[in-house]
Amino acid sequence: MALWLLRRLVQAGFVMLAMSAIVFIGLHAIGNPIDILISPEADQAERARAIAALGLDKPLWEQYWLFLQGALHGDLGRSFVFNEPALRLIAGRMPATLELAVTAVLLSVCIGLPLGLYAGLHPNSFTGRLVMTGSIFGFSLPSFWVGLMLIMVFAVTLGWLPSSGRGETISIAGVGWSFLTVDGWRHLLLPALNLALFNISLVLRLTRAGVRETLPLDYIRFARAKGLTPGRVIYVHVLRNILIPVVTVIGLEFGSTIAFSVVTESVFAWPGMGKLIIDSINVLDRPVIVAYLMITVALFVTINLVVDLLYTLLDPRVRLGGRR
Amino acid sequence: MIDDDFHQDVASTLTLDIRNLHTHFDTRAGTLRAVDGVNLRIKRGEIVGLVGESGSGKSVTGFSVIGLVDPPGRIVGGEVRFQGRNLVGLEEEALRQLRGHDIAMIFQDPMMTLNPVLRISTQMVEAITAHEIVAEDEALERAHDALASVGIPHPEERLRDYPHQFSGGMRQRVAIAIALLHNPALIIADEPTTALDVTIQGQILAVVQRLVAERGTSLLWITHDLSVVAGLAHRVAVMYAGRIVEEGPVDEVLDHPMHPYTAGLIASLPSHNRRGTRLAQIPGMAPPAHDRPTGCSFRPRCARATAECEQDPPATTPAQGRSLRCFNPMPAGSQGGRA
Repeated sequence: MALWLLRRLVQAGFVMLAMSAIVFIGLHAIGNPIDILISPEADQAERARAIAALGLDKPLWEQYWLFLQGALHGDLGRSFVFNEPALRLIAGRMPATLELAVTAVLLSVCIGLPLGLYAGLHPNSFTGRLVMTGSIFGFSLPSFWVGLMLIMVFAVTLGWLPSSGRGETISIAGVGWSFLTVDGWRHLLLPALNLALFNISLVLRLTRAGVRETLPLDYIRFARAKGLTPGRVIYVHVLRNILIPVVTVIGLEFGSTIAFSVVTESVFAWPGMGKLIIDSINVLDRPVIVAYLMITVALFVTINLVVDLLYTLLDPRVRLGGRR
Repeated sequence: MIDDDFHQDVASTLTLDIRNLHTHFDTRAGTLRAVDGVNLRIKRGEIVGLVGESGSGKSVTGFSVIGLVDPPGRIVGGEVRFQGRNLVGLEEEALRQLRGHDIAMIFQDPMMTLNPVLRISTQMVEAITAHEIVAEDEALERAHDALASVGIPHPEERLRDYPHQFSGGMRQRVAIAIALLHNPALIIADEPTTALDVTIQGQILAVVQRLVAERGTSLLWITHDLSVVAGLAHRVAVMYAGRIVEEGPVDEVLDHPMHPYTAGLIASLPSHNRRGTRLAQIPGMAPPAHDRPTGCSFRPRCARATAECEQDPPATTPAQGRSLRCFNPMPAGSQGGRA
């Protein structure tokens, strides 16, 4: 167990190292941030001073070396634009994104699981078929378009919900959270739904497939032959078994949800990490980009770890695999 | 009302009385008549072997009794009288209360009958609490005793285990323990030893035989293995293409089969053939349930078939306690000769 954990962490370290190198080289190839950051009217001396201040006068390998040294001390550099530590900048935006992603994942479970159960238990009913057809839209409609449609219908036409921003927030430990206020929830709902749409369809189809697959199995028949109530058969015997793939996929999708929030955050002007990274790429703000990607990698690794641990909780055969 | 009294008397000793049962499956290929007019009676404490090839409808018969035939299958006709009460058409909740409590079932593959993600204790306690209001620790106590009674060592530790920590034979013992939790009047065993090694098979048979005899439980033992039936059952019913073609006391049927199909089955047993000679076999295979010949379904494979066999053979009583559906039964005294 400890060895397994250590191996995972070392792997994660290597992934981060490789990724930071690629970003350094890649951004260097794209262009020079100085051209964007400094006004064209600046004279040669000002330009040189700015370049030196940002450390861009040194050769690329030396810049990377300095970055690595800083990274070991927990310093991922200062933003060229905001002149603030990149890490703090991202940490300030992270709650907004996490809040959005967590809400989206919760929505996808709360909506996808019951609908999938229904469609699996009544595969030939009209509603069951309707749900399955609907899920195809959830898969195939581009999320930016759905976002715009949601704004048009619920914000513009009906006027029920606001179209942008986080609304009223309550500050805990120095960062604001929208989900603690009613106004915040009103702002959160549309972007979260937009972000969740794909995952709702995914969870729904996965659940339905699991139910269809599990129902004819002998142990379900045996459970029924024991005289268990239909509720007990479905919510304990069937659900426990289909939760295994569902949890895996939700865990993996949580990472993608954070990554995909870029689009949703742009459409709904949600001030999260996604919006920050888009702005940073536009101005080639290298420290922020690198820091963002490092954090994303760390998040993915953590999520996968948690999923693996959950897996052992749900499936006893995994937990005891070593002791057979 | 002598007649009524007589019927009352018979009914009170009968645990199960299946009358002209029809279970059909509506599929795109047509209607599959999986069970096509089955009559079968099981007395209290009696063990009846239901023998047949794959697809003969023997398992569907078993599932029909406790109303566990899944769509597109449905019981289209007949009665299943359990302790005098017809179960066909009973509400789902009424059937649920019978399942596991009065009629229990044991399945073929012990590796598949227990839920892999639930502890044995959970799966046993829920079987108890589904029918009775019992305190958790009392239910555990009963589960513990049930495991001990089927010969599982260290039951208190094994209760906490998951199914994958048991061997196939041990899992089948657990399944039997679960089936016996409520002392049911009838157990339907659907090929419960087929998937096991011969030595384990013997142990399981011994356990079942002992427990059933102790408690006076009736047992419907569904199998394709005549040798198992020979050692276990009191009576045997041979099923072919959805019908019971021959039925009677196990020794009589095995020693003096009357239906050519039964005779063929017995002759196919390797132990019945002399070393070095070719194994006897029944030519061809059982007709698919959607495309059966008219009249006697065994006709195309039968050496004794005549023009008469194009008619449905009626059920006859050739001897006391035996029944037969055949126009040209095997000559008396033949010992499992070739069909």
